[in-house]
Amino acid sequence: MNESVLLLSLASAVVIGTPILLAGLGEMMTEHSGVMNLGIEGMLLGGGVVGFWMSTQQASLPLAMAVGALVGALFALIHAYLAVTLRVNQIVSGLALVVTGTGFASFVGSLNDSSLIYARPVSKFEPVFGEAFRDLPVVGPLVLGHDWVVYMSWVLVAVAAFWLFRTRAGLALRAVGEDPATADTVGIPVGLTRYVYTMIGGAGAGMGGTYLMAGIFSTYQHGISAGLGWIAFALVIFAGWRPWRALVAAYVFGALRNLGFSLQILGVDIPPDVLNVFPFFLTIVALMVISARPAAARRFSAPSALTVPYARESR
Amino acid sequence: MAESVPEVPSGEAARLAGITKHFFGVAANEDVDFDLRWGEIHALLGENGAGKSTLCSVLAGLYHPDSGEIHLDGDRVDLGSPHQALDHGVGMVYQHFRLVDRFTVAENLTLGHPETGFFTSRRSLERQVGELGRRYGLEVSPQAAVWQLSVGEQQRVEILKLLYRGVRILILDEPTAVLTPQESQNLFGTLRALADDGRAIIFVTHKLDEVMAVADRVTVLRDGRKVGAMPTSEADPATLARLMVGRDLSVTERPRTAPGEPVLSIKGVTAEGDRGLEAIRDVEIEVRASQIVGVAGVAGNGQRELAEVVTGLRRPKRGQIIMGGVDITRSTTLERIKLGLGFVPEDRMRTGMAGGLPLAANLALKAYRQPPLSKGPVLSKQAMEDRARTLEKQFDIRGVRGALPTSLLSGGNIQRAILARELSARPRVLVAAAPTRGLDVAAIQAIRQLLIEEADAGTAILMISEDLEEILDLSDEVIVLYEGQVMDRLPRDRADPDLLGMLMAGRGVDAA
Repeated sequence: MNESVLLLSLASAVVIGTPILLAGLGEMMTEHSGVMNLGIEGMLLGGGVVGFWMSTQQASLPLAMAVGALVGALFALIHAYLAVTLRVNQIVSGLALVVTGTGFASFVGSLNDSSLIYARPVSKFEPVFGEAFRDLPVVGPLVLGHDWVVYMSWVLVAVAAFWLFRTRAGLALRAVGEDPATADTVGIPVGLTRYVYTMIGGAGAGMGGTYLMAGIFSTYQHGISAGLGWIAFALVIFAGWRPWRALVAAYVFGALRNLGFSLQILGVDIPPDVLNVFPFFLTIVALMVISARPAAARRFSAPSALTVPYARESR
Repeated sequence: MAESVPEVPSGEAARLAGITKHFFGVAANEDVDFDLRWGEIHALLGENGAGKSTLCSVLAGLYHPDSGEIHLDGDRVDLGSPHQALDHGVGMVYQHFRLVDRFTVAENLTLGHPETGFFTSRRSLERQVGELGRRYGLEVSPQAAVWQLSVGEQQRVEILKLLYRGVRILILDEPTAVLTPQESQNLFGTLRALADDGRAIIFVTHKLDEVMAVADRVTVLRDGRKVGAMPTSEADPATLARLMVGRDLSVTERPRTAPGEPVLSIKGVTAEGDRGLEAIRDVEIEVRASQIVGVAGVAGNGQRELAEVVTGLRRPKRGQIIMGGVDITRSTTLERIKLGLGFVPEDRMRTGMAGGLPLAANLALKAYRQPPLSKGPVLSKQAMEDRARTLEKQFDIRGVRGALPTSLLSGGNIQRAILARELSARPRVLVAAAPTRGLDVAAIQAIRQLLIEEADAGTAILMISEDLEEILDLSDEVIVLYEGQVMDRLPRDRADPDLLGMLMAGRGVDAA
């Protein structure tokens, strides 16, 4: 394969992998608390559209990202209330959130004669490092050529990994997701924990959506996410609920998204729909490989209490 | 926190006054008084459903009582959560352990402990765990994952967890239910040492001999009410039994029926468990007509896998299973049922009954394939109902209300219903796993009577039970499983609790 095409594909895999990573990392934290939120696609669109609108209204990009995160978290709050407080079936609630968020994004996008669709962000996400660094062979485009969101996502991966497996708060979080009754008896507030981490998951999706629209595409279209939220959901499973694996996996999924363009440049014609299936196909393969080895299955399986509501006096 | 308790305090540790707690209109506790002194082991005795666990859960802060007062160390307190109870020095070891399986022992101890810093540090924890372990006979490796530990070890972790939290009132809910006799003895030693250091211990049980062996005082509950309290020095088993049950118990006497031909032969069977390790190895069992063979062992030593291999739910790796002269090693469950195999599963709600279906449907689950319950593909609802009425009467199943879900029945009635379904199919072989687990005394007697009558009628029964008393009461022959292997097979007259206990703990007769 042509070397520069390969490099460019890999570099853009990092870019397109970043919203997947942000949303997936958030969902991972949510699921570690025992709550499954299928509504990533909805939170990503809902948070993203507001973040994008901010970016078209003179707001700085960090502010737009923050607002996108906040709106995503508010969408997640709906899920938290339904799933944690009312103990509604989490799959139903999550799917409802997909529809709600998608509808919300379409609604906002259609306001004022669809002005949002023609709007552009006032500023761009610029590369962090100077040209001298970006022109270095290989590491230049792959590692040093990105904007701050990419580097922030790396920091978030490190923070998430440390938080989950090296801190007391992370231990408490995992206890809630593994065995809420046990967590309750040792004084960990199960409901509060689940609310907080469900909202963190929404924030991740909202940031991912904002970056997708204001950063990658610099525009808003209806259905712009094209199933990215579902890929983020698959990412959590594919990564075995481990942040560092999610980092690698997000870029693998990102590369698959880009493969269509790259292959077209090289004159290979594969329908993009086929390639879009690959992340899910890979996830199934990963599940098969992991479940074939009982020790690995135990380490990389879902939190034991995932989707199980908790009520203290149930008997 | 984890240091020794310097002086032995005396006086009242806790007092519950007028505790009432209802669940869905049913009284689990009705105006119960209870008092606990420092330095004592106080047994809470009662049948299943007498309200022991509810009372303890109230003291442990898990349930909030509808009315009544809780006094700790002389002060009235309101315990809103288990965490608040822990802050008051009250902690409970639940029947179902509150341990996170995938965490290590150290992680479980750290969890929710107020004094560990934000970062999980290991060294001081390991030192304290070591000290507590040596002092009270609770040794366990801090780095082991909980799921790798034996049940007895997990219980030690539970007690350590409470001690590490500085708990001074310990509640143990039926702690010996999962232990071998020897492990129980060790536990009693631990509890005595804890009490001697001035802690107060509530020991929940329905076993009279345990009360006599370990408790200083005993409070008896029946139907949610307190029916008596006394020092054990003034109590005797007969009195306690009468208080607990409310009447005298007749002892089931197993009439001797001569065993007939071998009907079920398990020959050198090896099978893997869910984790891919060999769960049973080279198991040899033969059950004759009219014979009850009891399989004893501590939970998790291959009993479940054995039952599953015989009933066709699990494929053996090696070996042969022969039933009535037919090799059924590779037969499907349906083929085995048609050959006359009945099964009373261990988990009566999950594998015994479809809890959401009405009882009539559940009772028809085996017979629905033939007339009169079905004609071709069409079910006869009337025939199902009629059959259900007949079986309800015959097996004394109570509390059935039309098409309501079976799961609303009590444990004893569900078990009767399972037996009704299995026995009405007139089996040649019956596999009964934990047939009376969790039932009250009256239901236990009824179920055992049914099993005995069934054996007398010629059925070969393979009974798997962790209840030694049940094994000794019913079995003609006892097989002890340890780590998936048959430790020994003993005729009934040679089996006694001590010997079985040794075998269940994996120690052969020679080593004893």
